[in-house]
Amino acid sequence: MLPILNIGPFAIPTAELLLLAGLWFGLTLAEKHAPRHGLNTDTLYNFVFVMLISGLVTGRLGYAARHLDAFLASPASLVSLNRGVLDPVAALGGGLIAGWIFGQRKSLSLLPALDALAPLLGVLLVTSALANLASGDAYGAETTLPWAIPLWGAARHPVQLYEATAAGLILGYLFPHPRMPNRLPGMDFLLLIAWSAGARLFFEAFRGDSLTTLGGLRTAQVAAWLALAAALWGITRLRRAKPEPQKILQ
Amino acid sequence: MNPSPKSWNFYSAGILLAGALWIAVSARLPGALAAPTLPAPQAGFLAPEFTLQTPEGETIALADLRGHPVLLNLWASWCGPCRAEMPAMQRVYEDYRDLGLVILAVNATDQDSAAAAVAFANDLGLTFPILLDLDGAVGRQYALRALPSSYFIDANGVIQEVVIGGPMAEALLRTRIENLLGQVP
Repeated sequence: MLPILNIGPFAIPTAELLLLAGLWFGLTLAEKHAPRHGLNTDTLYNFVFVMLISGLVTGRLGYAARHLDAFLASPASLVSLNRGVLDPVAALGGGLIAGWIFGQRKSLSLLPALDALAPLLGVLLVTSALANLASGDAYGAETTLPWAIPLWGAARHPVQLYEATAAGLILGYLFPHPRMPNRLPGMDFLLLIAWSAGARLFFEAFRGDSLTTLGGLRTAQVAAWLALAAALWGITRLRRAKPEPQKILQ
Repeated sequence: MNPSPKSWNFYSAGILLAGALWIAVSARLPGALAAPTLPAPQAGFLAPEFTLQTPEGETIALADLRGHPVLLNLWASWCGPCRAEMPAMQRVYEDYRDLGLVILAVNATDQDSAAAAVAFANDLGLTFPILLDLDGAVGRQYALRALPSSYFIDANGVIQEVVIGGPMAEALLRTRIENLLGQVP
């Protein structure tokens, strides 16, 4: 665990540093795969940054709207650098809406655009698991297995490493190189969602901090199962809509 | 491998069924969030206990504050972000202390000095208790890596959130403290 990287007089939060590195590496990888989906580099970068900036702004405004009294008492908090004053749902919604508007203006098709973003998402899944390892968040359940790591007063499953390894393997399997054969439009994205949801569903069982829902079920597993089901349904639809060979010949 | 549509549907149903079974099985495994029993400087764990003195010689023990939400802030007088966030902490303290909020500002005196800590508190007009961690024991208990570090502790002594670094936004302080106060039975 290394939550803070002390370099000279600077104390740099390792998790944030890893996420930034993931954004950079993910964008680089997505840039290499973008031509397969008919996107040029500028469009890809603008697409991502429009979504990111819009997500940050709507996340902050959404949080402020939910806690209006706190922000009326301290309006300067609107421009604070704290991650803790962001509403994740508003950020996600704002980012997606901004991405959709950008796509409409640039005449981007939804499925190829999602495919172009898939390598970036894959890299972010790897780095977010590593960020959790650095900060000690999303920790594992106690275990006596020989590869347990000492964390928070007990020997625990290194569940962050399980998740990072799985995400890395999924990334390498789905996007081996930029000149790989093209899949059906939307398939790169749906395969990433399906594999990642499956991995989350499996490894969540070894977490020590799972939130639970009705019947003691782990909430993240139920959400991952729903995401897996939606991705499999989408893949089935894409496979059915695949053009017949004779139509291609025509 | 490119399975036929019928085989694909069969595989998909099998995957989803296996997933549902795994969810049911893993609900029985240990690890789902339960009442914490271990002390650790991490959200979801009991806040490590300590007893420290103020510069005036008053002794304060964290264990005696059960029943009150506590904001524990580790700081030093030479730390810029610590200085930047203290006025907001003072305003929040004034607004919420009558509702039961306790703020403990633990000075990392092993990296600072008691005289500098007192001058700092007087300069900023701080009225919440300043505690002196003379030998750095509390810093070690809380795995202190950066200043300031803040721990939002609920009335049951469980850490609800850790914020490493600063300055914290005043709105963040207010929302977290209102949340802690809302949980007090």
